[in-house]
Amino acid sequence: MIWQFDIIILIFMVLAAIIALRVKDLLGATLVFGIYSFLICLLWAEMGAVDVAFTEAAVGAGVSTVIMIATVFSTARRSRD
Amino acid sequence: MEFLAAGFIEENIVPKFNYWVYVILMMIGLFAMITKNNLIKKLIGMAIFQTAIILFYVSIGVKAESGIPILGHEQHHEIVEEGRASSEVIKKEKFANPLPHVLMLTAIVVGVSTLGLALAISQRIYGSFNTLEEDEILDQLRPGGHD
Repeated sequence: MIWQFDIIILIFMVLAAIIALRVKDLLGATLVFGIYSFLICLLWAEMGAVDVAFTEAAVGAGVSTVIMIATVFSTARRSRD
Repeated sequence: MEFLAAGFIEENIVPKFNYWVYVILMMIGLFAMITKNNLIKKLIGMAIFQTAIILFYVSIGVKAESGIPILGHEQHHEIVEEGRASSEVIKKEKFANPLPHVLMLTAIVVGVSTLGLALAISQRIYGSFNTLEEDEILDQLRPGGHD
């Protein structure tokens, strides 16, 4: 575990979480949430949990982003908050 | 007072900064689940909350000098071919504890299926109410509302 990497990735993660919740366009929020998932994946690879990292990259960042985009396109794209 | 605060930061925040950031992420997710009006935003908050808990569990298994918990080829060779005891070949400080990883692998998959089910339910809600905003749905549900 390299703490310099840890700090940089954690700062970006908190930023990505806040931006994903602040953006009013739901497609943008979904994509920022995908970025958040890939940052978590980096953090796990750096912690030595490679199995969790590639599961997160495939399932967490891949599949959940795709189903969220599908939902956004079949429902409303704008959000009020 | 200043001295006490500096001591607190040095003892509790600096060495365990990752735990503090996980709690911050968890609180961001909880805040979104409570205050956001849009159902998709609530689900994003739920996913952030979940991943913060999973991060906390995985980081418990990390040791200071540890690498990935996979046996190298030469270590396998020493144990199987030369018949040395595995406890003298494998130094357990060199490997991250893989037990939390395996448990959290299950939690990730369950989390994605929860998210998928919740998104499917919100599509059905959009089909019958034509909106994803919580207050508008509650307005229509109220007796004497639009429906």
